[in-house]
Amino acid sequence: MATIKEKEQEVIEEFELFDDWMDKYNYIIDLGKALPGIDESNREDKYLIKGCQARVWLLAEYKDGKVMYSADSDALITRGIIALLVRVLSGQAPADIVEADMSFIDRIGLKEHLSATRSNGLLNMIKQMKLYALAFQQKN
Amino acid sequence: MPIHTDTLRKAFPILETKVNGRPLVYFDNAATTQKPVSVLERLRNYYERENSNIHRGAHFLSQQATDAYEGASKTMQSFINAKHTHEVIFTRGTTESINLVAHSFCSKFVKAGDEILISAMEHHSNIVPWQIACREKQAELKVIPMDEQGELCMDAYRDMLGEKSRLVAITHVSNALGTVNPVKEMVGLAHEKNIPVMIDGAQATPHMAVDVQELDCDFYCFSGHKMYGPMGVGVLYGKEAWLNQMPPYQSGGEMIREVGFKKTTYNELPFKFEAGTPNVADVLGMETAIQFILKLGHQHISAHENDLLHYATGQLKQLDNIRFVGTAAQRTSVVSFLFEDIHPYDTGTILDKLGIAVRTGHHCAQPIMDFYQIPGTVRISLAVYNTRREIDVCMDALTRVREMFG
Ligand SMILES: Cc1ncc(COP(=O)(O)O)c(C=O)c1O
Repeated sequence: MATIKEKEQEVIEEFELFDDWMDKYNYIIDLGKALPGIDESNREDKYLIKGCQARVWLLAEYKDGKVMYSADSDALITRGIIALLVRVLSGQAPADIVEADMSFIDRIGLKEHLSATRSNGLLNMIKQMKLYALAFQQKN
Repeated sequence: MPIHTDTLRKAFPILETKVNGRPLVYFDNAATTQKPVSVLERLRNYYERENSNIHRGAHFLSQQATDAYEGASKTMQSFINAKHTHEVIFTRGTTESINLVAHSFCSKFVKAGDEILISAMEHHSNIVPWQIACREKQAELKVIPMDEQGELCMDAYRDMLGEKSRLVAITHVSNALGTVNPVKEMVGLAHEKNIPVMIDGAQATPHMAVDVQELDCDFYCFSGHKMYGPMGVGVLYGKEAWLNQMPPYQSGGEMIREVGFKKTTYNELPFKFEAGTPNVADVLGMETAIQFILKLGHQHISAHENDLLHYATGQLKQLDNIRFVGTAAQRTSVVSFLFEDIHPYDTGTILDKLGIAVRTGHHCAQPIMDFYQIPGTVRISLAVYNTRREIDVCMDALTRVREMFG
């Protein structure tokens, strides 16, 4: 299985194909649509990450030493970015997730979506992904 | 003179900004307006040639700065037609003005079991200070309801005014919905029962003439930065009779008459409420902003902005699945909407990419979003320098949004 760094590189290369922001966002929207997401029934408040604009739900499971994430949002662009985060971090070992710097988001020009003032929940989502990893790591 | 945006826009160099290679369309004026060069020059001139602390040194510069500051008080007084200059208190802005009233008025006049009335369409700035004051005093915060259109329910309001009501604090114009509330009528009804009224005028002063004596309100708050002036300055107007009875808000220099370690006596109005060195430069900048508004003329500003408001509403109506939030009969300068099938965050992101600055989200008025059960809205808020052409650009952008997400 590819490492986090390798997966980040994969995403960066994919995004290098776009020279127009419209194409890039259309791609993110497609990723958002394709994300399996979370069942309506599982969109419970306990999985909700507060961002005041868009809502984000995040679940994590620990299987055979790897963390598996599933996540969702009510905003499609946010969902698309979530799809990228899940793709990079899901299936990795807790220790690696805790260490990941996630700079690929910056490299693909989506950093603005991670600013605290956007309050779309993404920043807190990354924090929460790492917290889950940390918790699983300590359980071991 | 009717508004000529081509000439007018030259006074706002920031409007020439390019965003992603496209001309900026600035539709976030309810958050803050842009500043004309006259205001910028006023700030610069103050620091370049006039800077000195006021009311203190008896020297040339200090006297000059003091005169300028007092002149600005007079400009504010006449702008809102206050009876006295000392009824104008300079603050950091609407938020501080409201906090001042919530603190000083409540500490003197509110006791356990009393009630304070606000409305369902208040900005957080006109909710939280009252919540805190009520908690401290064990008083109750009552909320005047509104209907689907975003109009306050006047019958409910009448019924709520009672023996225990100590103060009504309502917004003149809603920042999220654009509703213009019937504040004069509301003041009249409250006064029948001797209840004072504070009006949050942050969204009114940029768009309409305000006459505090005609409204007969007891307090009126507004911010410089929402009306072409600098950030960090605003006004609290209060009737002399109330202000004189209220204890100071902050304490320090300027607000005292005599200080001893045993006892201090307070200065007269407005100094009692202006502790410390005031924000002289921004006060003067705000004065220049008011001169800018007066020179254009309120009737011309309203005519232009109403034309834009109607044009924008008419155009947007043509888009599929659009839902307007706030459809009150009396509205000004704000179109709040969302697409039923597209999250406002998504709409806002694409508009931003296309150079259009709008605000998305709850606009610091979460209770309104809860009322409509929506995650937020996209808000277009207009100012005097906006144009029909910009609305056309926005329409094209929204059509694109529909294509991308629809
Ligand atoms: C209706 C209303 N009240 C109060 C405020 C707060 O104003 P300020 O941030 O200038 O203190 C705002 C600003 O957004 C507003 O729109």
